[in-house]
Amino acid sequence: MSLTKGQEMTLEQLRPGETAIINGISTNGGDEGDLMEMGLTSGTEVRLIKYAPLGDPMEIKVRGYYLSLRRSEAKAILVERVKREATGKP
Amino acid sequence: MKEQVKAAPHTQVVKSDFNLALIGNPNSGKTTIFNALTGLRQKVGNYPGVTVEKKTGLIESSGGYSIRAHDLPGLYSLVPKSLDDKIASDIITGRASEIEHLDVVVVVIDASSLERNLYLATQVVEMGMPVIVALNIMDAAESAGIAIDSEKLASQIGAIVVPVVANKGTGIAVLRQEIFKIVEGRSLREPKGIRPPAEIKSALKPVRDWLAANSELSEMAIRFAAVRILSSDKALGCWRNPANGHVHDNYDDLVTRVQEARQELDEQGVSWSMLETQLRYQWIDTIYATTVCKTREHELNRSEKADRILTHRILGPIIFLLIFGAIFQSIFAWAEIPMRAIESGVAWFGSVIAGVMPDGVLQDLIVDGAIAGVGAILVFLPQILFLFFFLSLLEDSGYLARAAFIMDRTMRSVGLSGRSVIPLLSSFACAIPGIMATRTIRNSSDRIITIMIAPLMSCSARLPVYALMIGAFIPGVVVMGIFKLPGLILLAMYLFGIVAAIAAALVMKRFVGRNEPPSTFVMVLPAYRRPSMRSTLIQVWERAKIFVTDAGKIILAISIVLWFLAYYPRPQAEMSSSQAINQSYAGQLGHAIEPAIRPLGFDWKIGIGLITSFAAREVMVSTLATIYNVEGADETSVTLRQALINDRDPNTGKPVYTPLTAVSLMVFFALACQCMSTVAVVKRETNSWHWPLIMVVYMTVLAYTASLVVFQGGKLLGFG
Repeated sequence: MSLTKGQEMTLEQLRPGETAIINGISTNGGDEGDLMEMGLTSGTEVRLIKYAPLGDPMEIKVRGYYLSLRRSEAKAILVERVKREATGKP
Repeated sequence: MKEQVKAAPHTQVVKSDFNLALIGNPNSGKTTIFNALTGLRQKVGNYPGVTVEKKTGLIESSGGYSIRAHDLPGLYSLVPKSLDDKIASDIITGRASEIEHLDVVVVVIDASSLERNLYLATQVVEMGMPVIVALNIMDAAESAGIAIDSEKLASQIGAIVVPVVANKGTGIAVLRQEIFKIVEGRSLREPKGIRPPAEIKSALKPVRDWLAANSELSEMAIRFAAVRILSSDKALGCWRNPANGHVHDNYDDLVTRVQEARQELDEQGVSWSMLETQLRYQWIDTIYATTVCKTREHELNRSEKADRILTHRILGPIIFLLIFGAIFQSIFAWAEIPMRAIESGVAWFGSVIAGVMPDGVLQDLIVDGAIAGVGAILVFLPQILFLFFFLSLLEDSGYLARAAFIMDRTMRSVGLSGRSVIPLLSSFACAIPGIMATRTIRNSSDRIITIMIAPLMSCSARLPVYALMIGAFIPGVVVMGIFKLPGLILLAMYLFGIVAAIAAALVMKRFVGRNEPPSTFVMVLPAYRRPSMRSTLIQVWERAKIFVTDAGKIILAISIVLWFLAYYPRPQAEMSSSQAINQSYAGQLGHAIEPAIRPLGFDWKIGIGLITSFAAREVMVSTLATIYNVEGADETSVTLRQALINDRDPNTGKPVYTPLTAVSLMVFFALACQCMSTVAVVKRETNSWHWPLIMVVYMTVLAYTASLVVFQGGKLLGFG
């Protein structure tokens, strides 16, 4: 998966309310396919909604639905930040 | 399943066994549609050899024939992630011999998350069987500003599409009509699929040949199955062994063919990894663009608004505790009233039977063995009904996924996921409904571990034993100014159970499922939705029925064995009830195990209690009452407490029981699997005797060791 321009980061580094475009999923452990089947394919827009009360897992919006995944899983997802929305809370 | 598309229409429809499979994403409303189609004509069992539940029902037609409907486990892709997924995927892709021939497949898709749902739906359509897509929750999609042209969708994917709102019953009649049309051979569409590049097609020829020789898939299905196998090792692995079969003889040959195809494509510079997923979502994107019209753009939807409160970092956990507190209250306290009614009803029925039957063995067997055994089964029903009523409402409304979201971090520290929270908390009331509630845990090793540690949570049946021991032996002194010692000890017993459960979970994590990949927590948070009362009641009814018929059989059998042990050999006429139990087989066993339990501080009287209380923990109290000739005693009986305190060793004149004995006995009861109903329900839920036996052994060893340490350690420190 190639990373070109923009800010190189992973989904785990996004802040609540921020939107990003998926650049790819790094291969580790063999469950990148599972995430892709859930619709997290390259070029798809994701928005980080929030973190759970204890800071993990996180909730994202992708392809019109809401998905919960752990930070450790989000680390494998490479994204490019699109814009920052002003939503008060960090 | 060969060449179903080309099969000639059935010329005459006679009463025959048509098969229909319902498939869809979890939370797509599949079960609600299944219930709407079949009503109460359902049968729940297990797939052979595995824990996955098998649900079938009958759909009656006006044409004089019936269709057997199979509700398959929910899944997101035909490439399975869990055992449940694998069962469903094997049936659809013809790897399982479960269902001989599928005449029609109904794919339920959630219109409000169309893209993800279309992923599975298009995979199923490509298998070449007659498919009807039930486009569910159209109302929610429309109110969220998504308008779907169902006719356009139908022509793009090549399947019949029926819009439905399952929880309101809208569209179900049309769905039935379409099912009948297909079964009667009156309706077909040409299935469509993804289009891989030409290089792929030629490279995959050897793989297709293998599938043609080793499966019963249609030519069309083989084409797509080959692309799937090429794209992912997980998909390839599925052909190794079907869920309940042996390793495929020619599997190694398939692996070689796939590796060669991949190498060939690598040389040509064609990317094959996750190719199916890439192509499919590209195709879905074009389908979406042409069939969906967004009437309003990016409006904050109702679920997201609700979640601002329900999964809020402070309010979320508080609301979770309140909701759970209400459920706990219902199974702990409200169920008490019907439970007492059942107990006295059974006792009344027993006395009526005793009145009309001649005295003798047969009367005793029926009244004290069989009727009491049935009573032991029925008494759990109120708790099961209450828990499953609330659980099914929470699951269907979408809240259960949020509870798991909130609690996941906490549960991960013991190696489990958020899904284990509700079953474990419910087990504080009773492990039976708690273990039955583990069905919502998708990861199979997490589910087994949760089942295995659930009985360590201090359930309500331990309270009578705790109350008797604390009441008799723990002085009511005040500690640290405000706490009373008896209350502190009771609290300590609850905490002790939790600590033991955590330790057991951490140890089991090393053995159970260590060959499986680490459990992930990729979980869909479904949109909040009003649950259907009809579907909820059907689910509650189903759980109760399974418990009574499956676990009930085992409970009844063990009850009769325990009755036999306490009944024979028959006492002489002049013996008191105390002497009678003393000379029975149970009494003899109690004496026989005395050397083994001496080091724990227990004598033969407690030994008898340990044997009889395998029926249920609280039986300990009534057994001791019988031994001490205390009539009609319960755990608050002063006479029974005094009898325990005053009991002296005839040789030494010292008290038989001390506070240390009481603590040792409570520790034993906190950890031991003294509950035949738990054993029975674990057998039902894991579909084998393997796990219940391990449970009895590990819990008994744990209890014995802990009591030994407490009693011997206590003696060394000068207590007792």
